[in-house]
Amino acid sequence: MSGASGHSKGSSVKDRADLALNNEFLRKAVKYTTEKLKGGKLKAMEEHGNWEEWRERGKQIRLHTIAHLDYYLNLFVDNARANGVHVHFANTAEEAVHISLSIAERKNAKSVVKSKSMVTEELHLNHALESIGVEPVETDLGEYIIQLAGETPSHIIIPAIHKNRYQIADLLSADAGETLEPDTKVLAGYVRKKLREKFLEADIGMTGCNFAIAETGSMVLFENEGNARMVTTVPETQITLMGMERIIPSWADLEVMATLLPRSATGQKLTVYMSGITGPRRSEDADGPEEMHIIIVDNGRSLQLGDPEFQELLNCIRCGACLNACPVYRHIGGHAYGGTYSGPIGAVLTPSLQKNIAEWDDIANASSLCGACYEACPVKIPLHEMLVYLRRRKVEAGHGNKLESAGMIGFSKIMSNSARFKAILKLGKMGQKLVARNGEIRLKVGPLKGWNSHRVTPSLPKKSFRDQWGTMEAEIRNGLQEMAPDMKNRMEQIVKNREKGGGNGHGHS
Amino acid sequence: MKVSLFVTCLSDAIYPRVSEAMVRLLARYGVEVSFPKVQTCCGQPAFNSGYWDDARTTAKTIIEAFDDCDFVIAPSGSCTYMIHHYPKLFEDDKVLHEKAIKLQNKSYEFTQFLIHVLGVSDVGATFPHKVTYHPSCHGSRLLGIQDEPHALMSKVKGLEFVPLPFAEDCCGFGGTFAIKMSEISGAMVSEKVDHVKETEAEVLVGLDMACLMNIAGNLRYRNEPVRVMHLAELLYEGVKQA
Repeated sequence: MSGASGHSKGSSVKDRADLALNNEFLRKAVKYTTEKLKGGKLKAMEEHGNWEEWRERGKQIRLHTIAHLDYYLNLFVDNARANGVHVHFANTAEEAVHISLSIAERKNAKSVVKSKSMVTEELHLNHALESIGVEPVETDLGEYIIQLAGETPSHIIIPAIHKNRYQIADLLSADAGETLEPDTKVLAGYVRKKLREKFLEADIGMTGCNFAIAETGSMVLFENEGNARMVTTVPETQITLMGMERIIPSWADLEVMATLLPRSATGQKLTVYMSGITGPRRSEDADGPEEMHIIIVDNGRSLQLGDPEFQELLNCIRCGACLNACPVYRHIGGHAYGGTYSGPIGAVLTPSLQKNIAEWDDIANASSLCGACYEACPVKIPLHEMLVYLRRRKVEAGHGNKLESAGMIGFSKIMSNSARFKAILKLGKMGQKLVARNGEIRLKVGPLKGWNSHRVTPSLPKKSFRDQWGTMEAEIRNGLQEMAPDMKNRMEQIVKNREKGGGNGHGHS
Repeated sequence: MKVSLFVTCLSDAIYPRVSEAMVRLLARYGVEVSFPKVQTCCGQPAFNSGYWDDARTTAKTIIEAFDDCDFVIAPSGSCTYMIHHYPKLFEDDKVLHEKAIKLQNKSYEFTQFLIHVLGVSDVGATFPHKVTYHPSCHGSRLLGIQDEPHALMSKVKGLEFVPLPFAEDCCGFGGTFAIKMSEISGAMVSEKVDHVKETEAEVLVGLDMACLMNIAGNLRYRNEPVRVMHLAELLYEGVKQA
């Protein structure tokens, strides 16, 4: 298991999901917000008018960038250095933490204000800072709440999605030392006032990075609260951590991303603040950091490069649309996934960032493979297929479930031979005599326990289709109509077109 | 023109009435359907669980069963879509790979075949009931079935269509997911049934018996009297009534 999940090691996705399913507050809060976000996205797509074309454009930009990542990374780094930025590379989480802490130590930093960053969550950077006596302060409202609660974000863009405003009022009241009304204005007002002091005190401002622009060596931040702007203008030193895949070639490409990301994330046409930062403060600038560092983090990402089944994973722009669309996420929330990233993208990313398949957990099984994630993704990452590839890799590496593995051998034995299939059906019909009543099985034991705890199972009918076919076929043949000539022509045309390699007449497919 | 029925193991074993309705309906248009008895299952349970060697063994029997026909029709979008995975499953076997592509190109889900091959949307059915529809994920999202069932239902006399709220949400079946992650799956199907109840429909139709078995199972568990049918059954019953 990877990531500060806040859950005990060894527990499975299934166990954690069962916990979440019994938490009515969590389920209500997650359902309410994901539905709102999902609805907002659908509306924004409709209003946009050319969504599918822009989505394809977004996909192509990401595919192109990742296919030439070495080139664009070099270009970005050269340009950023020319702008006066200190650029560092970190192969592992440990290296990224070490570089960050060294800067903090050199600066004698006492406190760090942070804007929202999933990569720092991935690195557990807050714990590391605390361990050397530096106070990390999250300044995104949701992140601030999560930090107070001692938890990790349960959503990529809405970290406190699993909490309702009464729970949040309790947390903030304890922080304030007075009772705060569970009113959004009051609560946000308190945090704003409190954070104002923190911004002024901080020695370092730490950010993530939504997009890094190769052509100018700039980094771009999307946010709604203005806190990232404070983080990048008030403290003397800025440290930006970015996954190595955050690159896009140009500002023109940013237009596409700035169209896709906010709409996919929240249904907003534009993010409230979009900051493009090109180097530390120049003499003519009114504000900005004196010293600026960018740490480019690999931490398992390069494992996907050159892997035809997973390279597209690096196309992700971290919008969270797949979480909002996912019916599994809606019921279990983010912590059940057990890693930094949750939802469908987390279920794929968490194992993919780890070389050691033995530590993969059962996370890739937490999906019904419905494809809602793929449909929601603004850059068309086929997450539903990747989940199957992960399952296959686990099986092939010998880490499959023993019982299931035996079951599948039995399955293929039966299903590769229709006589065996027929024999099994016969056995089933004999076996069910003990348990079937009125065409139903309600027994809650063995493999039926989970299924029958929520459902009734239909029993096998007296005759299968293949048992009935002989008589049915003869009967149908007797009454068969003559096919209309236009129908016949159409069918012949389809077969002809197919031979020519043309359309197959499937309609949408 | 040889048209073969891919019955799917679920319809063969548990819901023979669905394939029967489909075959009898097609016979009214002069479509003579053959049933290659060597067929079994599309292999999806093994494929989706990551057991691709086992899936290949099963997929081979399907490829062989339908090697000599011009059209394959199945009462399931999910099993039809599974055939679209065959070319990848056999990418290292030149002969089977080629056969897999051919099979993919000639395989149709039931409503696709009616609308796009036969050009039929009005089957002449009467079905005076309040009906709602669950679009199964694999059929709608991956195979691309969107308007086809609606085109067919809109021509059925007396049928009052009520849209299903949050229709696009998965019912929670997901094959082995329903067993492995039974509590999550249970929460999903319960929510689906809540939405079905909201419509006050007498009948729920769909195009995939796996999803419908799941939803019907929860309806029965909660003693809800909603009747669950495959669209082929509804149309055939409606034709007999007309």
